[in-house]
Amino acid sequence: MSRRYINLILILVLLAVSAWASFTNSGLGSFQPKTVLGLDLRGGLQVILEADVADGIAVSRQDLEDAKQILENRANALGVSEVTFQVAGDKSIVGEFPGVSDPQEVISTISKVALLEFVDFGDEDPYALMGKTVITDEGRAVEVEGTPTPGPEVTPTAEPGITEKTWHTIMIGSDLKEVGVIPVQGSPYYEISFVLSENGAKVFREFTSANQGKILGIVLDKVVISAPSINEPITDGQGVITGKFTRDEANNLAVQMRYGSLPIPLKLVQTRLIGPTLGADSLNKSLIAFAIGFAIVLLFMAIYYRIPGLVADLAIISYAVIAFAIFRSIPITLTLSGIAGFILSTGSALDANILSFERMKEELRAGRTVTQAIELGWKRAWPSIRDSNIAALITSAILFWFGSTFGASVVKGFALTLALGVVVSVFTALFVTRNFLGVILSWVKDPEKRPGLFGL
Amino acid sequence: MIDILGKRYFYFLFSLLIIIPGLIVLAINGLPLAVDFKGGSLLEVQFINAELPSTEEIVRIYESNGFNEVYVQRTSLKQGTPEDSLIIRSPFMDDAMRTTIVDTLKTNFNAPDLALTRFESVGPSIATEVAQRAMLAVAVAALAVILYITLAFRGVPHAFRYGVCAIAAMVHDILIVISVTAIGGQLFGWQVDSLYLTALLTVIGFSTQDKIVVFDRIRENSSFLRRLSFEKLVNHSIVQTLQRSINTQLMTVEFMLLALALFGGVTLREFAVILLIGLFSGTYSSIFIAAPLLVIWENKEWRNWFGRKSSHVA
Repeated sequence: MSRRYINLILILVLLAVSAWASFTNSGLGSFQPKTVLGLDLRGGLQVILEADVADGIAVSRQDLEDAKQILENRANALGVSEVTFQVAGDKSIVGEFPGVSDPQEVISTISKVALLEFVDFGDEDPYALMGKTVITDEGRAVEVEGTPTPGPEVTPTAEPGITEKTWHTIMIGSDLKEVGVIPVQGSPYYEISFVLSENGAKVFREFTSANQGKILGIVLDKVVISAPSINEPITDGQGVITGKFTRDEANNLAVQMRYGSLPIPLKLVQTRLIGPTLGADSLNKSLIAFAIGFAIVLLFMAIYYRIPGLVADLAIISYAVIAFAIFRSIPITLTLSGIAGFILSTGSALDANILSFERMKEELRAGRTVTQAIELGWKRAWPSIRDSNIAALITSAILFWFGSTFGASVVKGFALTLALGVVVSVFTALFVTRNFLGVILSWVKDPEKRPGLFGL
Repeated sequence: MIDILGKRYFYFLFSLLIIIPGLIVLAINGLPLAVDFKGGSLLEVQFINAELPSTEEIVRIYESNGFNEVYVQRTSLKQGTPEDSLIIRSPFMDDAMRTTIVDTLKTNFNAPDLALTRFESVGPSIATEVAQRAMLAVAVAALAVILYITLAFRGVPHAFRYGVCAIAAMVHDILIVISVTAIGGQLFGWQVDSLYLTALLTVIGFSTQDKIVVFDRIRENSSFLRRLSFEKLVNHSIVQTLQRSINTQLMTVEFMLLALALFGGVTLREFAVILLIGLFSGTYSSIFIAAPLLVIWENKEWRNWFGRKSSHVA
């Protein structure tokens, strides 16, 4: 019996922690549980971009990852929060933009052709430049190159700031032939090596010879991504950018330099937009539906199975609290189909209880004591609980694979919540129902003489 | 004890009564595929402070932009309120075209507050690919389940039969769902989208779960009820698990789904109804299809089919 009470205390602690994780808004330190709603529930835009290559031509994983990286950089410039991009399958990228209600701006931003420029920043402070959006004269070549144009008519009263001044672009990305990342001998850092085209080599030779010690910035879509200083003239069209780069930082910069434009042409093959009203409406209604269904089921269990039924109700509520706590802690994005998966795994949770209660009743009818009946009921019901839930897990795994390969987040969300729900449901049935039932029935005198307690 | 297996051929007949008409509708009209699986666009717009334009007017706007197959459906964004929205289905369009069309709608129908509720546009290539992989997913799931059942039942004679019968019953459930969908597509405008696919895959998962519960009882009983004929043994096992089947499937899961169908949002209703039918079929087929098939296989009853054809036509 004492073992039972220890288990009981463990369960209560687990429930208290889960309840806290299910409802807290503040979290604890780095552990911040939160409810993440999918696009279908809060509204937003999902796009699928596919590599625009002829059939049969393979797209390398690296190209897709690089393209994803570039898309992320572009989207971040939009200021939409929680944008995610994922590589799906062997030639697609799925982008999700929560809360976006007008796809036009997003789509034009992510599908534009990027411009990489090498800009003469003179003696500017490299740290002040990083990440700034600057104005350059690229694209206005006619005005700038050749004869110097007269300055603006307004008399400058103060030195214009970094972001206000027009800087001169000496070369653009198309003159960059190769970009690589190499480790620095004898240090944990990496550097970026590059090879220029013939024209680029000539421009660089003249510029770097004349501007040693000055800053030559690398600007992607008018944003400064690197601001190295010229240590020595680059005369042969090959150079390196050194700095205390980690491997990831160096890779990141190399990717941006290599593919000012995307490494592979992408085309928009799917757009899905859910307005915020439809999303909120769906969320409210599914929640109400869930509450009603849940209440009816709890009532049914209590009426039909009496004491065991009430204990099962407790187990089902624990199941819901624990599962929700897990969803919030990981966190798993909740979608409509995810909620459906959750509701269905509630069915699994009930099934485990019902299977063992039916067995328990059989054993009681056969004249066993209550303690024996509980133990035998679980033992007999276990093979079918095990096998049926493993079958459900197999199906979930296959669905999850299908969903992630195709950016079918509907299917993926469903599979994930179903699988988690199945695992939690077996746990609550085995652990919560069994222990609580044992403890509660130990308080009842001569339960064998009161079959009404078991709905017999 | 109730004799369930005695009338086994009637159950088959009953299922065929649903499946055959469904398959006929399917053969004539095909499945009502949504944009997810055949490619195309769906535009849902809500007319705020403006009259709903007629279908002909919408079709004319689309035609002037080069779209021929256009279907317009009237609906209301919130259940129970007057119709205020249009769902327009057309071939695939890009975002620039969507902007043009929405702008045209705003100016032509004097609806500056027109709200874009939903826009889905799926290229034809990706749609075919998704549909093919979906079928692959179903096939792989079925195979994995046969393997698992064969493994889990390795202690009983002819373990492989259990797997095959479970899959046969699962095919029955899929056929029932597809037949009902084909008919529902004609009567209520149901569409097969990725949420539908999720429902179908769930039916498959739970269908197996249900068969396993019944088979498990047969497995258990066969170890100590050796003197009974196989038919009696199976019948006995079905009756023993009947209460559980009714309680789990009808009283709890189906109640949850019914709540979802009645009170859930518009987007979930069709999903809930499909699941309701599919899971019911799953329970039905464990008792009335899978278990009888096991008995037929054990008795090798097909030997009699040709001799006494008249009494057993199913």
